[in-house]
Amino acid sequence: MEWTRKDLLSLYDLNAEEIECILDTAAEFKKVSQRRVKKVPALRGKTVVNFFVEPSTRTRVSFELAEQRLSADVVNMQAQSSSLLKGETLLDTVKNIEALQVDLVVMRHSATGAQAFIASKLKCGVINAGDGAHSHPTQALLDIFTMREKKGTVKGLKVTILGDILHSRVARSNMWGLLKLGAHVTLAGPSTLVPREFESVPGVRVCHNLEEAVEGADVVNLLRIQHERQTAGFFPGIGEYARFFGINSDNMKLMKPDVLIMHPGPINRDVELSGEVADCSNSVILEQVTNGLAIRMAVLFLVAGCVKK
Amino acid sequence: MNYILKNARIIDPGRGIDAVGDIGIENGLVADPGKVKKPTVMDLAGKVLTPGFIDLHVHLRQPGNTMAETIASGTAAAAAGGFTSVVAMPNTSPAADTAGAIEYLRQTAARTGVVRVLPCGCMTKGYAGQEMAGIGSLKTAGVVALSDDGKCIQDHALMRHVVEYAKSFELPILDHCEDNCLAAGGVMHEGKWSVLLGMNGMNGAAEELMISRNIILARQIGWSIHMQHVSVKESVDLLRKARAEGIAVTGEATPHHLSLTDENIKKYDTNYKMNPPLRSEEDRQALIRGVADGTITAIATDHAPHTATAKLVEFDHAPFGIIGLETALGVTYTVLVDSGIMQLPEYVKRLTTGPAEILRMKGYDLSEGKAADITVFDPEAEYVIDPAKFKSKSRNTPFGGRKVKCRPLLTFVGGKLVYSFEG
Repeated sequence: MEWTRKDLLSLYDLNAEEIECILDTAAEFKKVSQRRVKKVPALRGKTVVNFFVEPSTRTRVSFELAEQRLSADVVNMQAQSSSLLKGETLLDTVKNIEALQVDLVVMRHSATGAQAFIASKLKCGVINAGDGAHSHPTQALLDIFTMREKKGTVKGLKVTILGDILHSRVARSNMWGLLKLGAHVTLAGPSTLVPREFESVPGVRVCHNLEEAVEGADVVNLLRIQHERQTAGFFPGIGEYARFFGINSDNMKLMKPDVLIMHPGPINRDVELSGEVADCSNSVILEQVTNGLAIRMAVLFLVAGCVKK
Repeated sequence: MNYILKNARIIDPGRGIDAVGDIGIENGLVADPGKVKKPTVMDLAGKVLTPGFIDLHVHLRQPGNTMAETIASGTAAAAAGGFTSVVAMPNTSPAADTAGAIEYLRQTAARTGVVRVLPCGCMTKGYAGQEMAGIGSLKTAGVVALSDDGKCIQDHALMRHVVEYAKSFELPILDHCEDNCLAAGGVMHEGKWSVLLGMNGMNGAAEELMISRNIILARQIGWSIHMQHVSVKESVDLLRKARAEGIAVTGEATPHHLSLTDENIKKYDTNYKMNPPLRSEEDRQALIRGVADGTITAIATDHAPHTATAKLVEFDHAPFGIIGLETALGVTYTVLVDSGIMQLPEYVKRLTTGPAEILRMKGYDLSEGKAADITVFDPEAEYVIDPAKFKSKSRNTPFGGRKVKCRPLLTFVGGKLVYSFEG
């Protein structure tokens, strides 16, 4: 297929063929990273701005490295150093960036839809590196890439996403991507953090009991539990969370023997998962990070090809 | 100027009239059409003539945010929408919580206003929900009602005292019903769409709780409390039950809650952001039923102007509110009357006698000798809403491009023609 989008905003917007196209392209770029010389000239002469209105370390580093390996010119901007602090609107800020003849803007923002809002106003391409609790498409793509690589196909896989679903853009993006590729999705965690409204999506199961949620799972994708959710009254404490919703060697036995244990990071050892589980042979957490680079190279490459000069 | 308005379908709910006939206007008052001296005669065959519409819920933004609206532009918008009286919400900057602020409003309205501006005073100082405002002084200065609109008094004991005190001054309470804890941080309705979009939701129970509180206080104190912009199904149910029991509570519905739902937010257009938020389709249907069966006796716009700059931002960061004066008739007629849900005379009550009764105005009708506040509209006119033509200074509406039926044609305030539709 031919890629036709100048923006990557959400996996909800994509069809299965487009998702497969990104995954196939990423597989080629993964080979590049395994060579002695890890750089290709695919984006030579293109300028990419990484605009992180919300702080990020790993996603920003992954994007930056992907851009460098594609030979793009890279500029990093953070909210603290941008004019947003001087009262400029987001739209004015990005229009100023565009006026510098930039080809792509990679943006993270705390507000849902911020990237969709600016993408509709800009000629340059926009890649969503996370918007609020809504969407984080490259994270979901790297998760799905890892599943496909390990299991051969995503279709029919039983994938359980466990943790703070309510506040998670990773969960929402994975949900849409996995459903489009034919996986069965279970969203699980404390009832306060996993709203029943998700059951309105065909193919999604909501579960508030850990054992039921992980039984027979092919993949268990864990989400980081944030301390501020405890102070906001969503659950009593880290200890109780670990006891009722943490993955350990015992409840791992309920999953398929070849289950993949995944986590977008940063992990809290002995909270979402025991240290033992994090380091076991089923854990692909570090491979996810490696694959993230290939996915971001693929997305940058495809999207850049559709930005009109 | 004197007028004879001929051959209109006159719907005058206060007198139970629905008949084709003529109406005279002489010296600002409704007069016997046979005796009007030197009249301008207008043939209004096929058009509908009613008492002037009253909007219980308008933000005129003056003083404090005259970039978005002024008393002059807001009242011009009201006239263009068929409204002859608007209740000005007191959450201006500074707030209308003193006799001086009300005096400023009245003087400015007298000098620049196009329609009648009915001042509303704050219940608490700075509408901060902490200390009671000078309610007696506000009454003396000319307020017609009290409201902390935009906010809701969370302290139930304080609210009780406000209602008791307001009763002794015979001032209606117009309450924005919202429990802050349940709605905290929310930018849209809590439901399927907030969950799918990952936006902070405002639980419908936030409204239901405060409406319950107000029903209890109205019953205990024996004074009427009006619920502003009712938006969830359960609120309508509570109101219906309380009114059946004879408790003096009333409610209003906005055109947007009657016509739009939370699903519209998936494109992040900030013109769909308001408080209370757009709710589910089930809520919308319940609200329509409530308006149709008379549980809700007023349609009110919650006209809330914001500049394009203020609204052209991330959804989370945009201010709540949309304008409504110039779209209210077309939008609500289409949803309620053209759909066959309501008969026209009953619908007209929601814009005239319904709000008048909530303000304790007696005899709001077109009998001879009354002030000639008159609205004429064309129920057959079909058109596409074009915000570029608005009189309002702001354009923050989700209704641009929407095809509707029913258009305001003529608006008379005190016998003066203040608006006439020009092609």
